[in-house]
Amino acid sequence: MLTILFDGIAYGMVLFILAVGLSVTLGLMNFINLAHGVFAMAGGYAGAMLVNRAGVPFLLALPLAFLAAALLGVLVERTLYVHVYRRSHLDQVLFTIGLVFMAVAAVDYFIGSSQQFIALPDFLRARLEILGGNIGAYRLFVVAVCAVIATLLQVGLSSSRFGARLRAAVDNGRVARGLGINVGRIFTATFAVGSGLAGLGGMLGAEFLGLDPSFPLKFLVYFLIVVTVGGTSSLTGPFLAAIILGIADVAGKYYLPGTGPFIIYAVMVVILIVRPYGLVARSEAR
Amino acid sequence: MSAAVEAGFAHFRRRAAWRPLEYAFWIAVVASLLVFPRRLSFINEVAILGLFVLSLDLILGFAGIVSLGHVAFFGVGAYAAALFGLAVFADPLVGVLVGGATAALVGFASSFLILRGSDLTRLMITLGVASLLYELANRLSWTGGANGLNLAPDPVFGIWSFDLFGRTAAIASLAVLFLLFLLARRIVHSPFGLSLRAVTENRLRAGAIGIPTHRRLVAIYTVSAAYAGIAGALLAETTQFVSLDLLAFHRSADALVVLVLGGAGTLYGGLVGAIVFRVLQDVVSDLTPQYWEFWVGVVLVLVVLAGRERLARIPANLYRRLGLEGA
Amino acid sequence: MIVRIAAAAAAIAALLSGSAMAEDTVKVGLIASMTGPFAPNGKQMELGARLYMQEHGDTVAGKKIELIVKDDASVPDNSKRLAQELVVNDGVKFLMGMNLTPIALAVAPVATQAKVPLIVTLAGTSIITEKSPYIVRTSFTLPQSAVVMADWAAKNGIKKVVTMVSDYAPGADAEKWFVDRFKAAGGEVVESIKVPLANPDFAPFLQRAADDKPDALYIFVPVSQGGVVMKQFVERGMDKQGIRLIGPGDFVDDELLNGMGDAALGVITAHNYSVAHPSDMNKKFVAAYKAASGGGRPNFVGVHTYDGMHLVYAALDKTGGDTDGDKLVEAMKGMSWESPRGPISIDPDTRDIIQNIYMRKVERGSDGELYNVEFATIEAVKDPVKAAK
Repeated sequence: MLTILFDGIAYGMVLFILAVGLSVTLGLMNFINLAHGVFAMAGGYAGAMLVNRAGVPFLLALPLAFLAAALLGVLVERTLYVHVYRRSHLDQVLFTIGLVFMAVAAVDYFIGSSQQFIALPDFLRARLEILGGNIGAYRLFVVAVCAVIATLLQVGLSSSRFGARLRAAVDNGRVARGLGINVGRIFTATFAVGSGLAGLGGMLGAEFLGLDPSFPLKFLVYFLIVVTVGGTSSLTGPFLAAIILGIADVAGKYYLPGTGPFIIYAVMVVILIVRPYGLVARSEAR
Repeated sequence: MSAAVEAGFAHFRRRAAWRPLEYAFWIAVVASLLVFPRRLSFINEVAILGLFVLSLDLILGFAGIVSLGHVAFFGVGAYAAALFGLAVFADPLVGVLVGGATAALVGFASSFLILRGSDLTRLMITLGVASLLYELANRLSWTGGANGLNLAPDPVFGIWSFDLFGRTAAIASLAVLFLLFLLARRIVHSPFGLSLRAVTENRLRAGAIGIPTHRRLVAIYTVSAAYAGIAGALLAETTQFVSLDLLAFHRSADALVVLVLGGAGTLYGGLVGAIVFRVLQDVVSDLTPQYWEFWVGVVLVLVVLAGRERLARIPANLYRRLGLEGA
Repeated sequence: MIVRIAAAAAAIAALLSGSAMAEDTVKVGLIASMTGPFAPNGKQMELGARLYMQEHGDTVAGKKIELIVKDDASVPDNSKRLAQELVVNDGVKFLMGMNLTPIALAVAPVATQAKVPLIVTLAGTSIITEKSPYIVRTSFTLPQSAVVMADWAAKNGIKKVVTMVSDYAPGADAEKWFVDRFKAAGGEVVESIKVPLANPDFAPFLQRAADDKPDALYIFVPVSQGGVVMKQFVERGMDKQGIRLIGPGDFVDDELLNGMGDAALGVITAHNYSVAHPSDMNKKFVAAYKAASGGGRPNFVGVHTYDGMHLVYAALDKTGGDTDGDKLVEAMKGMSWESPRGPISIDPDTRDIIQNIYMRKVERGSDGELYNVEFATIEAVKDPVKAAK
């Protein structure tokens, strides 16, 4: 069924946009940022405020949500995260979970705990007939935007100087530093982009994933699944993982509704048993 | 035996000896029953959490296995105890043993999952398995599904029933915790425990000197699962209720946070962490039932920023004197 | 804002007062989910209770009423321990709240052991009132609205239905009782879909339902997911395919309704309370709640707890201030009064609530806001599960 396939792809793509920042951060700085969902939530809420309360057009609000989340990322990274880079993974886990608690309660306090709904423009509410399948305009839009972003990311990573420096830093930070590459600044920039993308994903996904203060905790598991199954050493890994998981989840629920969430966990466990370092991974552990 | 070997044995024997601060800790714990007679159900909960975190410490602190699915054994133990009590025999201590044994079996059967892959892989596999178990319990009607099951355990030893004040519960849980702690302490200081530390520090090297690394890891994983199962069974018996929440992810996450807070690899870290975390949660939650999460988050962030090492310098010296360094 | 400060002051006072039990103070322990995914319910509960106390003063039959609010974060063993502590340490004479069924089931034995009335203000599974002779319910049972919905659907040209409910106790209840009644009335249930509770995307389930081409889709999802489902329903064009959206009123929650936008228009539900209920009492209640909450609307959870507080006051009044649990429960049996939702009473045989169930349709009011407008009333509905026994 084309519609279901498409729905799965749309869902998977949003997961990719949401999780790609986490994957790169983990691979680049070996930093476990469990608070990644907070930036997604921030972008979603920023988008909701802009569209619902300030009357900003939806299409304009998207890049603004990206910027808001990216700025938040830079702020948090420079003031808080820098102190925790050299710590053990367990310390980072504790730290970022503390941040999540704070963020969840703060959003609840200032905005309230109810769901946020972002009003869509009319042209995105249409329903289209494509190749015999009934596809929503919004999902099509989401897939298009995410595909463009994914392509830009891959091109940027492989063809730009920044991308080259980034890849060098991921491969071997010490040598990269020895070559004069400012790894710290690269990391801040990457972190900003990753958080910004998460924010964009949060706003895009609000329509079918929902948006409320418990977002970072609810979706943390899905981000981790994408990152683990996809591996942290490339972009194609998480991309493939997200698409596979998205399609498996949606198709599984459609054809075998009794199995519900079993599918996504079972698929993940099977993949990890067969390929313990992720789908697209280097041979050594990270 | 040569002098060097003798010195070696003496060193380990010294490290394994009980320190005065340990006695003080346990005396304080028992005293809490008398000093806080109105918080016995709370003490019961903290004891059970302490036992659960202790079980996590066995694999995380002493074997380097990161798990986000440990709640699976907790829940399995709880449900096993509940179903046994309802279907066969309602004695609570037998129920606890059944819970522990069932969890150990599940742990043994699933131990192959944690042997391969990176930390992150282990994290997610354990998480996935725990989530699958949660969904399974939701589906099956004989687990009570989403409603849960009420238990009616017999009095402990036929004499002390579980009362409204939680007295029997607190005493039973603390007793079980202490016994299992003694056992864990024994294990950690035994040749088995030392070989485990070798495996954690460098699996390749340990294997090269003849330590059966896989068997060691499977063994400690099974023991840890048993401990977690006993903790779950205790909760089921003392609260007379089981529900899906006993298999929920937040318990694994809480245990991990508590263990890291208190310090992994010291056995006492988990217990101290459990006490500090729950008391903090309780006090703050009373002051602000709606936003306590925020303040607990602030405390966690501050603790890490200030440097757990700096804050823990006093207890760290303690730990060194106790002879219980981490892995 | 005032309510928030009052709440904080009360909490601090409770903490400081500790175990001091003045003879003329009667404490009420509200165990609600103030944090976690069900936090909005907890807030409604607290606001509803405090609003009643604000309006009627805090003295009844010579006793001062004190409300203690505790967060259980929707964890049943927390709820049980909090109930124990409230009873043993704070000496509460009433327990109230209960967000979910497992929570109510866990706390029930405490109520029985301590002989303290437990007023259930949300959890909606039928069996709850049977778990302790001290349980009295002011909320609802899901079968109440499910059965009314089924009757209405059968009489109004709906022949084929697909049900789609969240896979947890209230969902199962809502499905079972609708399906049984609808089939008995001659309708056909093409498929019953169960959606996992922690579900990110409804696409596959809705698509499956759409492919079955039913006359109506009967849904039940937790409050927080209602808006998402409706948006996706419209996004998929299911409303244009002529499929009607029906169900118990939980998912067109008054508090969130406005945010759901046009996607919610025309949805027909059966429920026990609507902000648009045309009674003077309700208009006053809604206005007062809006003032206390800073502009937010009350929903059925707030009303249930408001009424729960009324039950506390009325029971104490009837016993003349006697706080003996058995006498209080006896006093509560058979009580009837006017609530913002309409007339309600407590069934003396089952201690469950008897109330009107209204058929409502979502429409846009003259002020531009969305309302569940009542167009039919089924009076004095008892819990069908227990009535059938």
